[in-house]
Amino acid sequence: MRLSIVIILLFFINHIGNTSVWNICPSCQLKSLEEALDRAEPMDTIRVQKGLYECVDIEINKPVVIIGDEGAVIDGLEKGYVLKILSDSVTISGLKIINAGKSYTKDFAAIYVYRANHFTLSNLEIINPFFGILLEKSKNGNVHHNKVYGVSQREDDSGNGIHLWHCSNVIIEQNEVYGLRDGIYLEFVDDSKVMNNYTHDNIRYGLHFMFSNRDEYVENIFENNGAGVAVMFSKFILMKENTFTHNWGTASYGLLLKEIYDAEVIDNSFTENTIGIFIDGSTRINYTENLFEQNGWAVKVSGGCYTNKFFKNNFIGNSFDISYNAKMNDNTFDGNYWSDYTGYDLDKDGIGDVPYRPVKLFSYIVNKTPETIILLRSLFVDIINFSEKVSPVFTPDNLIDNQPSTFIFQ
Amino acid sequence: MMLKVLKYSFSDLIRSRWSYVYLAFYLVLGFVLLFLNENLSKAVITLMNIVVVLTPMIGTIFGIMYFYNSREFTELLLAQPIRRRTIFLGQYLGVALSLSLSLILGLGIPFTIYGITQSGQIWDFATLLISGTFLTFIFSGLSIYIGLLNSNKIKGFGYAILIWLFFAVIYDGIFLISLIVFDDYPLDKFTLFASFFNPIDLSRIMILLKLDISALLGYTGALFQKFFGTGQGLIVAFIMLLLWVAGPMLLMVKKSTKKDF
Amino acid sequence: MIQLENITKRFGQLTVLDNISFAIENGGTFAVLGPNGSGKTTILKIILGMVLPQKGEVIVRDSKVLKTWDYRKEVSYLPQIARFPDNLTVNELIKMIKDLRNMPSREDELIELLGLEKFLDKKLGNLSGGTRQKVNIVLTFMFDCPILILDEPTAGLDPVSLIRLKELIEKEKAAGKIILITTHILSLVESLADEIIFLLEGHIHFRGSLADLSEKTGEKDIEHSIASLLE
Repeated sequence: MRLSIVIILLFFINHIGNTSVWNICPSCQLKSLEEALDRAEPMDTIRVQKGLYECVDIEINKPVVIIGDEGAVIDGLEKGYVLKILSDSVTISGLKIINAGKSYTKDFAAIYVYRANHFTLSNLEIINPFFGILLEKSKNGNVHHNKVYGVSQREDDSGNGIHLWHCSNVIIEQNEVYGLRDGIYLEFVDDSKVMNNYTHDNIRYGLHFMFSNRDEYVENIFENNGAGVAVMFSKFILMKENTFTHNWGTASYGLLLKEIYDAEVIDNSFTENTIGIFIDGSTRINYTENLFEQNGWAVKVSGGCYTNKFFKNNFIGNSFDISYNAKMNDNTFDGNYWSDYTGYDLDKDGIGDVPYRPVKLFSYIVNKTPETIILLRSLFVDIINFSEKVSPVFTPDNLIDNQPSTFIFQ
Repeated sequence: MMLKVLKYSFSDLIRSRWSYVYLAFYLVLGFVLLFLNENLSKAVITLMNIVVVLTPMIGTIFGIMYFYNSREFTELLLAQPIRRRTIFLGQYLGVALSLSLSLILGLGIPFTIYGITQSGQIWDFATLLISGTFLTFIFSGLSIYIGLLNSNKIKGFGYAILIWLFFAVIYDGIFLISLIVFDDYPLDKFTLFASFFNPIDLSRIMILLKLDISALLGYTGALFQKFFGTGQGLIVAFIMLLLWVAGPMLLMVKKSTKKDF
Repeated sequence: MIQLENITKRFGQLTVLDNISFAIENGGTFAVLGPNGSGKTTILKIILGMVLPQKGEVIVRDSKVLKTWDYRKEVSYLPQIARFPDNLTVNELIKMIKDLRNMPSREDELIELLGLEKFLDKKLGNLSGGTRQKVNIVLTFMFDCPILILDEPTAGLDPVSLIRLKELIEKEKAAGKIILITTHILSLVESLADEIIFLLEGHIHFRGSLADLSEKTGEKDIEHSIASLLE
């Protein structure tokens, strides 16, 4: 009796939960993804075995799972899109996609997701696409463990690695993107998370936010991109535990904040960037426990920044700690560690007894006449910096750290 | 023969108490910096600022002091069957080598004890010692040349200090002001060019290329980019420093063959 | 063996030697005399190549030597003021000069003669003027050079050493060497000099033996002869 119940139950589960698996391979009955998709019922699985499959503009209109075996390669023949996901609950993983189309007029993508919910894109390798993964008007998806890369040289003929437009609640994690225009691009994307990604050697930005709110990005590494991360016209963004490094070049920076409000920048590390953070017109932002090491300019503040608060950050060995182009200051810099601080701490409370001025006269001069940078660390520059320190004339006189730390924050 | 002269002036200098003072100074400086910073990289940075200013100064002062103090020795040598060139080059090398040795040992010992050889800073540190050595050679050469030009000790001393002051501070001041004044013109060629004519600036740039490359690469000028971004900057700076060593040496040789003693 | 041709030397505005020529063919002791600032030391230094004339030629042993250096192997020089590197000991100094010259030498004999043994390990900076002068003498006489140039060799010497020095000079003269000497001690000139070269106002005012000098001036002793030359 009991045995028969089990058998009945097993039959039942098998029938409902795990539906059919469709195998495709060059020598199978099903030789293409299209055939398999035609036959598959919703919730079926298509297993793409080793082989090369030509796919152009293939539309996925039902919830299916497509899993690639090792060596399963999808060839887009350099025409149009490769896979278009137009249904909810689609999962694609394990495929290698080559030869996606390029265009100057259309946003061709290796994987295009439109008005879909609950999608998962994982373990994909997308080689030299125009756009790698393009998500539009989609929600509640997960994009993880993908590798998207190209060999782009110019901004105008390349697309972005992972591009989201009008999406929400998407999680993007553990992806690697390089050699494209922007590594990851978010426009009108809310309540999403970008975590543990590695974007490097992209022409423009490693990560790019536009008009996106309540998002967070955590533990990503942005290395040697045109610029690390640009966050523009966005609110309530949490930036935490990321690494911004080697973003070198003219007006290049680890992080650009432009017209953003109420953000938190916590525990990130900015090392060896031309500019660590470039702040332009941004308000109510807290920068806490970040490390700025060996940057050209740790923080460059442009006009219209109010109530920014720097606290418990480490500024170590930067050519310039803070640079201002105005004499006005409405931001606070109390309680940071500055490696250039030369004051003393007689009462041994870990707070220097003499305030620190992070803006040097020389940084003001370099802003005006960039070539003077060649005189950095010269005795003459030290002398004029010292005289400015004693009586500020050109730099904001209230820009002071009143409680400079005498030890490096761990 | 030159080696013999070098040997004697070197051993003479090695015995003089000033060499020890100088050596001791660097030893103390090295240990104090390491003790205060507990951090090799920061100690190296602080040291760079000091070395670029100090080695030319010490080179200048020692060079001129040695020149005037060793007049007897020089006269003794002049009556011997030795070429004049040999005498002065030998003495010059004696001064420059003993000072460089003080620098290298004085800083090398504390930093080696603190493990610089195993750290990532080893190349920064090596650059520091190399440019310090270059500056020592350049400025002791210049000051011996000044000594040859001026029989009057006080005048010679004054000029030597002035030369140091000029290259260490005044030159950069004029440089900076002219950059600001001629702001409207393309300046990057001028900037690179002008820095070639000051050995202190040159060695500072060698150090900047190590420490501040992030900032240096922030500039638009194509020449700047090329100079700093590819190894070119380092090579050019190096060659210019070599020329800077050769210049005073040639002047010295030329003057020494024409002077009465 | 030593020949000066048309030597002119000016220091700034001041003409110290004005077109001077003279030749010394054979060995002997030649005293270069003259009032202070008459260019005695300058002549010696020109022969040594330490001072370079504006005009003229110096010929030593048949070759022009201006701006050359190896003829100094043939020349020993005793400078007027015994100045040495202070940090060296006497021994080291002697060794150094030997090392530089690389010629056979007889310093031990001279050290003994002048009684310098106990100073050998002293630093030169700590020696008295007389002792330094003795060191100076050792350095000059220890090599066997055909030409000796002695600029005020008696400065600071005690009478015993003075006698030793005279003996040394006599010996060298006997060996057929050319010895050029400047001194203020006229008795030394009297007892040693074969010829006198008297400089005045940039010219050679007189050249000849002591006998010639007496003859010319009509004075018996050298002091008066010299004084009358100056008048």
